[in-house]
Amino acid sequence: MNVIIVGCGRVGAELAKILEKDGHVVTIIDKNGDAFGRLDEGLTAARVVGDGTDQETLVRAGINDADAFVAVTNGDNRNIMAAQIAQTMFEVPNVVCRIYDPLRQKTYKALGLRSISPTIVGAKLIRNDLYFPDGQVSSPDRAIAAGDAVPLANPKRGQVAKS
Amino acid sequence: MYIIIGGGGQVGYYLTRELMRQDHEVLLLDKDANRVAELTAELGAVVKRGDACEARTLEAVGCVRADMVIAVTGDDEDNLVICQVAKERFGREKTIARVNNPANEKLFQKLGIYITVSPTNNILHLIEAQIPHHKLVPLITLSRVGLGLVEVTIPANSPAINKTIQALELPATVNIALIARGETNITPQGDTVIQNEDRLFALTTENGDQVLRERILVDDSVTATDTVE
Repeated sequence: MNVIIVGCGRVGAELAKILEKDGHVVTIIDKNGDAFGRLDEGLTAARVVGDGTDQETLVRAGINDADAFVAVTNGDNRNIMAAQIAQTMFEVPNVVCRIYDPLRQKTYKALGLRSISPTIVGAKLIRNDLYFPDGQVSSPDRAIAAGDAVPLANPKRGQVAKS
Repeated sequence: MYIIIGGGGQVGYYLTRELMRQDHEVLLLDKDANRVAELTAELGAVVKRGDACEARTLEAVGCVRADMVIAVTGDDEDNLVICQVAKERFGREKTIARVNNPANEKLFQKLGIYITVSPTNNILHLIEAQIPHHKLVPLITLSRVGLGLVEVTIPANSPAINKTIQALELPATVNIALIARGETNITPQGDTVIQNEDRLFALTTENGDQVLRERILVDDSVTATDTVE
């Protein structure tokens, strides 16, 4: 896949690394050239300095040939706009963005925008770890839904829960 | 009318003030506490602190009964989300968004924003209208009906000179509404003859624009060396 990532923060950099490891061609865009310092030296991903919501920048980054597009800047609205530009103006078939605000994620899901909300995901994962600190259960979500949640009172004071 | 405005900058402030003078019910939202304090001192209780792109905020200010929602922050992405949330979650069809980057106007329109206002484009067109470039100057775009009003001055080398309007064989997508000739305004008929220096005002679609250009103007590459006085 040819993938364009907008936003070279921690997530963008990590994503670039793992996508390239999987054999995809990655281009990463950031407003600030210094952000590319997060990327490993060995990463062949093309680095483009510019605004991921500016269509000219996107064209320069090769969006016309992109199979996938990811928007992970630190602004929900910027991610939403970049992702919609990719879908609506450039018809990129596979578009995902990060939206922290759960309510906004819901709104945009109804508008056909795929997104990940670290807020929701993070809270759930932390809850699962609180309930099953020993990693006892392979599918915590299902266990919790079935009512098998370990009460938060366990372990007792003086003991330490291991993850 | 009940109008919600997102963005308490200069535009938001003056807009609120004017709309209040016209006796509308207005609510102005801004994220910054200090700015809200300043605005409240000037405008009173019509100002509330909040992020207009959050559904919670819009709900708290009764978005569901707003006649119009206007997004005039300094950031296109915020204006986009304000209007989309107002439309998607509250069913508000009449949204107006300020678009700073002219390239985003098309995007906003495609995403169903009712009216977009691009100050950059507006001023650009006004500047173009002042320059005798002998090209099609867009005056107004009526995006909802896909039409634009354009102005063009017939240059001395125009292939249209001494032709009748009928002879131009313009498609239905081009309607020459008015010709300004010297001090006179002419309502064009089929047998009206085009003269040098005539100013044509035409209603066209985007495609019609192209055809008009072909009939009226010589190939751009030839006139590229036009100098501006």
